[in-house]
Amino acid sequence: MDRRDFLKVSVSATAAMAAAELMGMRAAYAGTMSSRFGLSDELLRKTLEAALSRGGDYADVYCQYKTFTNVSLEDDKVDRARTGVELGVGVRVTKGDSTGYAYSESLDEKALIKAAKIASEIANGSPTLAPKSLALEPVRRFYRDDTKYADLDVAKKIALVQSTNAQIKAKDANITKISLSYTDEESEILIVSSDGIVRRDFQPQTSLYSSVVAEKNGRRETGGYALASREGFGFYTQERVGRLVDETLRRTNLMFDATQLKGGEMPVVLGAGASGILLHEAIGHGMEADFNRKNASTYASRLNKPIAKPFVNVVDDGTIENARGALNVDDEGTPTERTLLVEDGVLRTYMHDRISAKHYGVKPTGSGRRESFRYPVLPRMRATYMLNGPHKREEIVKSVKHGIFCESFSNGQVNIGSGDFTFFVKTGYLIENGKLGQPIKDVNIIGNGPDVLAKITMVADDLVIDEGGWTCGKDGQGVPVSQGMPTALVSAITVGGKA
Amino acid sequence: MSVDKNDYAQAERALALLKKLGVKDTALVMHSEESTTCDVREGKVEALQQSASASLNVGIYIDGRYAAHSTNDLRPAELEAFLKRAVALTKQLQEDSFRTLPDPKLYANRPGNELQLADAAYHTRQMSERKASAFAMEAAARAAGKNVVVASAGTTDEILDTLRLTSNGFRDRQTTTSFHSYANVTMADGDKRPEDSAYASARVAGVLPAPDALGREAAARAQARIGAKKIKSGAYPVLVEARAAQTLFRHLLSALNGRALQQKRSFLDGKLETQAFSKMLTITDDPLLAHGLGSRRFDQDGISAKKTAVVDQGTLKSFYIDWYYGKKLGIAPTTGGPSNLVVEPGTEAFTTLEKKIDKGIIVTSFIGGNSNSLTGDFSLGLVGFYVEKGERKHPVSELNLSGNHTQFWKQLAALGNDPWMSSSIRTPSLLFEGAAVSGA
Repeated sequence: MDRRDFLKVSVSATAAMAAAELMGMRAAYAGTMSSRFGLSDELLRKTLEAALSRGGDYADVYCQYKTFTNVSLEDDKVDRARTGVELGVGVRVTKGDSTGYAYSESLDEKALIKAAKIASEIANGSPTLAPKSLALEPVRRFYRDDTKYADLDVAKKIALVQSTNAQIKAKDANITKISLSYTDEESEILIVSSDGIVRRDFQPQTSLYSSVVAEKNGRRETGGYALASREGFGFYTQERVGRLVDETLRRTNLMFDATQLKGGEMPVVLGAGASGILLHEAIGHGMEADFNRKNASTYASRLNKPIAKPFVNVVDDGTIENARGALNVDDEGTPTERTLLVEDGVLRTYMHDRISAKHYGVKPTGSGRRESFRYPVLPRMRATYMLNGPHKREEIVKSVKHGIFCESFSNGQVNIGSGDFTFFVKTGYLIENGKLGQPIKDVNIIGNGPDVLAKITMVADDLVIDEGGWTCGKDGQGVPVSQGMPTALVSAITVGGKA
Repeated sequence: MSVDKNDYAQAERALALLKKLGVKDTALVMHSEESTTCDVREGKVEALQQSASASLNVGIYIDGRYAAHSTNDLRPAELEAFLKRAVALTKQLQEDSFRTLPDPKLYANRPGNELQLADAAYHTRQMSERKASAFAMEAAARAAGKNVVVASAGTTDEILDTLRLTSNGFRDRQTTTSFHSYANVTMADGDKRPEDSAYASARVAGVLPAPDALGREAAARAQARIGAKKIKSGAYPVLVEARAAQTLFRHLLSALNGRALQQKRSFLDGKLETQAFSKMLTITDDPLLAHGLGSRRFDQDGISAKKTAVVDQGTLKSFYIDWYYGKKLGIAPTTGGPSNLVVEPGTEAFTTLEKKIDKGIIVTSFIGGNSNSLTGDFSLGLVGFYVEKGERKHPVSELNLSGNHTQFWKQLAALGNDPWMSSSIRTPSLLFEGAAVSGA
């Protein structure tokens, strides 16, 4: 079983709390969600009781109702759609560092108690007390909780896709095939913990992907772009869709001039934006606390030690408004936050879920996530990016005699223990004597996390959080994430290419 | 199994409901699944997970319009509301005359239960057996020596039932089981913690390797990773272990399907009946292997399973064409996707091939990387060993293997006699001459 971790493609952080939630910090939980899940406080309490019946330290019940709609275009027609509903309840019990987990797709008492009993078996002692009452706690919001894509007429979604297709065709006669895929999803969750705390969230997300084939003089090339957000349908402004159209065409046409370069070790300039994929792989996964508490990460022995130049600061942030990686609460009910992983070049904080926070005796960082009710929680990234540094983009490019400039990416991967990581460059440029030159395409870059962090020798002041639809995979679970980067220089790393 | 004969009744109710809503053509699939995972670490159970799930998937064909809808909320009132919404949405799509149910003639002559896809003893497996197996793997791994920082191991087993019912007469189901065992070992190497794993999968529990053997293999593989370094960039012979070679065939598969062909996204477009690969390469798609991890009686369209030549001595013989893209391309469908991809093994042992390398690389796993299915360009990170005069000199890391599939497969110089059986891609190890490796 391949248990390595990967990422694929699949702003300011201000947010207002809803007035209702500002009033009464511990409003009694009065079955607010009963219309959706039909679960009484009494049944939730009984489920926790069954979960703790063999002496677990902690238990939670995660209820989820998720719907999604996808409409896609091929050969100029929006002639296919997928919709789906997923409903279920996951019960988790922890005992020390160990986890018992089971879920039910049925909401009746018998099924919930059965799931709870299965999860309880991770412990083997006398019962722990379940909470006597449950209380709904407010959450701070970084995206709206009233975005109901499902209530929106699908004709609007179809029209968006058709209009995007028409714009691409109108702008470029060399395009022979266009694929477009629009998706929206809304997930309503309710998390009830054995602390007696209840938190709910409504997590919307939407994305629009393009992929086209162009043909010139009998040669074909392909390219694409993606837009993703937790905003409502209003996210698809003319400006954004126009950028998707223009970037799709520019990147695809660039391919006709691109070659595979001669591979080897060289300086690599990371363009502002999606280059944050390097952080995700080189340091992000290695800073997830589960690998460290198991002593399995290359970062397990480096906390509070300098690992990069003093102008390198890396954060993992759940609070970027409407970002694909934003979260109001994590999937074990902890409010989200902005976690400083690297501060002035020093390794500071791992990303924690409840289990690892308890293990290390620190507060959870709101990083406990799961793909759905079918999975237990793991420490995961949200939006991972580097803060601005002291240099300018122009001076960074100018400093490179022979190297490459990376612009867009498709996927990456890391081996947590060795720290070896990769990311795949879809488009970029050669740099010769300080100037961008010939386009390059489809090369893998491979390096070692701590080694590459130490080789980040310049960081510009032009941070961009990428707007693409990234999905991070770990232990078979995919979660939406964001990433960002100012333009930066890695002084030497291995770039794939011709012999 | 949570799925029993009632499911036909449930699927038939949904079919009747759709008929009432004016939908004449429908394909229904009910998936149900049970799975149990037991992971251990440091002599303790790390995670126990058990799940059972069931979902209904509905393909609706209405007035030349098509959409696929899925739900696991099977309460009668909710299901009816869901199907009503699904029909209303499908009607709003654009017409596509190629979207029809498959010709029922293609359903005929399906193979029977001789494929042995399910272990009859699945439900007799006890949690204590899973724990014992996981602990035995982990203990054997940990016993490997003082360099072991952490060893973990686990088992996952699952039973999956697929029931398919269509309005034009398809009515069948297939039940499969699978068993997976895995051990992961992390070693001390300064601040680095090199890791590797051993794993195995099978349709029946009895054929999995002994747990302690898997544990020892994981430890030996991880131990061998200590002290990895880069080598100089250049053209080298590259010997890819069978287990790792699956990645290369996945690249080929991405260019072998009907959609890639019809959408002009395949570097193999126009290569049918041509010498696209080394003459040493012969690949068969064989859904009929007893206990095969990719075996099946029918495919996603209900098309009955049969053996197909994909590549014969380097000549491309067949694409994977499903019903829809077959109609769009105006060619006969074959089958929508791979079953067991059987790569014909060579005669020499891996160790014999290794001895033949003067200065070259063994690939034990690929990391990251990607392949462009339209142009055939690929670039992959690799982990393995540097070999000189047939001897492993040291482990290597931070290297990339790059090339173009239209050239690369002509550099195939030998295949091992060691097909990897823990996957639906049954490939032996592969030796390529003059492969482009980028390093220091």
